[in-house]
Amino acid sequence: MKAIVNIYLKAGVLDSQGKAVHHALDSLGFQDSVSDVRIGRQIVLKLRSGSKDDAKAETEKMCEELLANTVIEDYEIEILDV
Amino acid sequence: MSKKVAIVQFPGTNCELDTEYAFQKLGCETEIIWHKNSEIPVDTDLVVIPGGFSYGDYLRSGAIARFSPIMKAVKEFAENGNNVLGICNGFQVLVESHLLEGAMKRNEDLHFISKHHHLKVENSENRFLSKMGDGDIVNIPIAHADGNYFIDEVGLESLRANNQIILSYCDENGDTQNPNGSVESIAGICNKNRNVFGLMPHPERAMDSILGSSDGVKMLEGFLD
Repeated sequence: MKAIVNIYLKAGVLDSQGKAVHHALDSLGFQDSVSDVRIGRQIVLKLRSGSKDDAKAETEKMCEELLANTVIEDYEIEILDV
Repeated sequence: MSKKVAIVQFPGTNCELDTEYAFQKLGCETEIIWHKNSEIPVDTDLVVIPGGFSYGDYLRSGAIARFSPIMKAVKEFAENGNNVLGICNGFQVLVESHLLEGAMKRNEDLHFISKHHHLKVENSENRFLSKMGDGDIVNIPIAHADGNYFIDEVGLESLRANNQIILSYCDENGDTQNPNGSVESIAGICNKNRNVFGLMPHPERAMDSILGSSDGVKMLEGFLD
């Protein structure tokens, strides 16, 4: 079982890196194509969980306790049965 | 009797000797405590978590240090009403450990900032800044990449209501000047019980006027009473 965790700054929390990259894309000529850029972090976990539900529940706990700082960050979890 | 200061050292901490120098200069007895210890030395009056890059800032600044054995002892020490001071990375460790509210983000301009900066005392009714007055201005080095203090509106209201905002960034005249994007230009806060303190600037690097400023002396002196 594999968990892919994507962590981003919450909407409403200024993402300076995203903003800087957005400016850079604008200056490359993509100003009409790009309306927003968010930069996050991806954590890939190999899990020993028996089921997808267990894997999801455990990963959620890990996110709440360590992987994300929920004061400023949101997370999305994708569980793959591989 | 001289005060006893315990200075916590994690892998990657790099301000423990400056911190030791600063408190020894103030006449304190100091001890550097390796993070694998699970106890604070008896009769310790103050625990300092100094600056640096604990665990290489992996994941988030301060996020991994929180799991070191010594942090359980630091938490208990704080919960018993004793004084804990986190400077720079120490402040980051304290917010990640939930001993202080809020979180640290990358500086708004994404740069590592290393320079002297003026700070204003927002509230001196606490042990740390007891030798200073509200509105006093000091000139103290800052050196950080993740010093952009964030707290949501509700949290900010609560900090204000409990006088937990103790230091803010300003210019030499005391007007707001925000180097890193911190909410309300916050440079330092304390907990509700007013015994746990965190600040990004480095008072321990401002102990000798020959090195640019001795304003750190009157800040740290608060712990001597």
